[in-house]
Amino acid sequence: MIELRGIGKTYQMGDTELVALADINLQIARNEYVALIGPSGSGKSTMMNVLGCLDLPSTGTYTLDGEAVGGLSEDQLARVRNRKIGFIFQSYYLMPRTTLADNVAQPLIYRGLAPGVRRERANAALARVGLEARTLHKPNELSGGQRQRVAIARALVGRPDVLLADEPTGNLDSKTAREIMGVFGDLHRDGMTIIVVTHDPAIAEYCRRVVRLHDGRIVEDREQAGHA
Amino acid sequence: MREDAPIDEVNRLQAVFYAVQECVRSALGSIRSHRMRSFLTMLGVIIGVASVICIVSLLQGLTRSVMDEFQGFGGNALQVHSHTSREDWLIGKWNRLKPADLELVKHRIAGISNVTPMSGLNLPGGVRYGGNTSGAQVFATTSWFQLVNQSYPRLGRFVTDSDNDTRRRVVVLGEKARTDLKLPENSIGTFIQVGGEWFKIVGLMEARGDMFGQSLDNYVVIPFETGLALAGPERQPDMNIMLTVDNLDAVDDVTSRITALLRRAHKIGPSDPDDFKVQTSQSLTETIQRVSGTITLVISAVVGISLLVGGVGIMNIMLVSVTERTREIGIAKALGAPRSFILMQFLIEAMVLAVIGGIIGIGFGWLLGVLAAKMIPHFPPPAVPWWAVVGATGFSALVGMLFGILPARRAANLAPIDALRHE
Repeated sequence: MIELRGIGKTYQMGDTELVALADINLQIARNEYVALIGPSGSGKSTMMNVLGCLDLPSTGTYTLDGEAVGGLSEDQLARVRNRKIGFIFQSYYLMPRTTLADNVAQPLIYRGLAPGVRRERANAALARVGLEARTLHKPNELSGGQRQRVAIARALVGRPDVLLADEPTGNLDSKTAREIMGVFGDLHRDGMTIIVVTHDPAIAEYCRRVVRLHDGRIVEDREQAGHA
Repeated sequence: MREDAPIDEVNRLQAVFYAVQECVRSALGSIRSHRMRSFLTMLGVIIGVASVICIVSLLQGLTRSVMDEFQGFGGNALQVHSHTSREDWLIGKWNRLKPADLELVKHRIAGISNVTPMSGLNLPGGVRYGGNTSGAQVFATTSWFQLVNQSYPRLGRFVTDSDNDTRRRVVVLGEKARTDLKLPENSIGTFIQVGGEWFKIVGLMEARGDMFGQSLDNYVVIPFETGLALAGPERQPDMNIMLTVDNLDAVDDVTSRITALLRRAHKIGPSDPDDFKVQTSQSLTETIQRVSGTITLVISAVVGISLLVGGVGIMNIMLVSVTERTREIGIAKALGAPRSFILMQFLIEAMVLAVIGGIIGIGFGWLLGVLAAKMIPHFPPPAVPWWAVVGATGFSALVGMLFGILPARRAANLAPIDALRHE
């Protein structure tokens, strides 16, 4: 479903050219559960941006669900993000002034859905992460783990093809991190394709497949056995 | 999971409606969360709209009271005056109503009363008393003029029918004419010169004050026949004929009868236009309304410029707001907000700010108008017309939109990753 061919990304930093990604070839099939792992500066953030259609690669082709992403306009990319990708960020990135239901429903606004439909689906998504009782609370009334659950609900509400999580447990203690990874495990069992970007090998242990990046290149790509 | 995903087919128009609805909601939310700042941002618009509404309401109040005064002498009042068309004017023809017309109307039209002629005389020598001259308008008329003009003598008497019949040389002075001639408060019995002839002052009119900076008291009144005699048979002045129709329902009928009578008397061919006009008090009020409308428009336009200053204030705060909310914009973009949505969101926020400012300004301006009218003696109560409310609101929205464009474009053009990374 995801196919990267010869992907490279270079940034111009003053006079020097910074190579963030070089010649990445990667295929991820439907219902895979992949950890993108590497130290900081390894290019995994750039990889996340490219996979999430937030940024276009300098070279190479990226095909998502049969669609070549390279030639798309900004608004077309926005549409792809809205319909095919569910983002989960380290710092949750929730809107502080709005209720959980409104936060979760936000992606649906850009689809032009009616308020009633949005609310219904947002409540269903919140129920899925166990927060159905708090739909009208504000994010600052929740713990970090609960906030990340809200973010997961927001990522799920548009029924995307792939969940893209960027250090989803980076701000959480280990117990809460285990719970969040448990949610991911459940979603994977239900058929969701999940990519987790992390520097933490312990988190990568939860995933079926580990892709290790170093200096903008894939240095390891292995399946892990023994996970449900 | 994809297999059971619902196909989100949405009606485009409906989608736009929901988007606008959401933008208004979020705009109100963001204004609520920065109350003080939002108020200060609106202040420019509030002051601009308040001054427009204040001035318009005072002017409209004034117009209304003037019109009420006209209506005071009734919907049954008619005025006949000469009319020179552009074509006649170009060939040097200057149409007038003559004393013969007055006699015709008086004797040939049934069902009318109070037929009053009124001539503005332009006499050589003007109005003088000793070494002092006055630029007062000289009216030659009869007693009913008091009713038409809604003004009465404060001392002495007005010209009477007997003055008129015997062409007595008596004069009634407006307050401004009296002070210009440096006459004492009570100058009844004093002789002054009008058009080189001596006239005895028999009455002094009550003061009416100024309207639009023009004194309403700068006139003297002499009997109509005296005026005609003074002008001489060679320089017969033009005149207005005022009258009342006894039965209100007959106004149109009398109008057409007078028209037919005067057309015959003036020997106007069937296809030629009238060289006079018969005006009802209704058509008079229409004229006044038109004049006041023009003045209102000009003043509103001038004061409206101050609204643009308010718009700059909105633009300034919106630019700050875009910078503050860069992260939020980044999140929205990551979640799939298209450029147009972000653009609309900030445009609508600027418009909502301006419109709320406009509505507060309308209320504030009305209050200001009421206070101002209370403080100026003899000033009529202000009136806020519906079109001023609609216009001020609409113009505020326009200002908000105009000055929201730059901040909204800046927000919409942010690159998603840069916006997300923004601290």
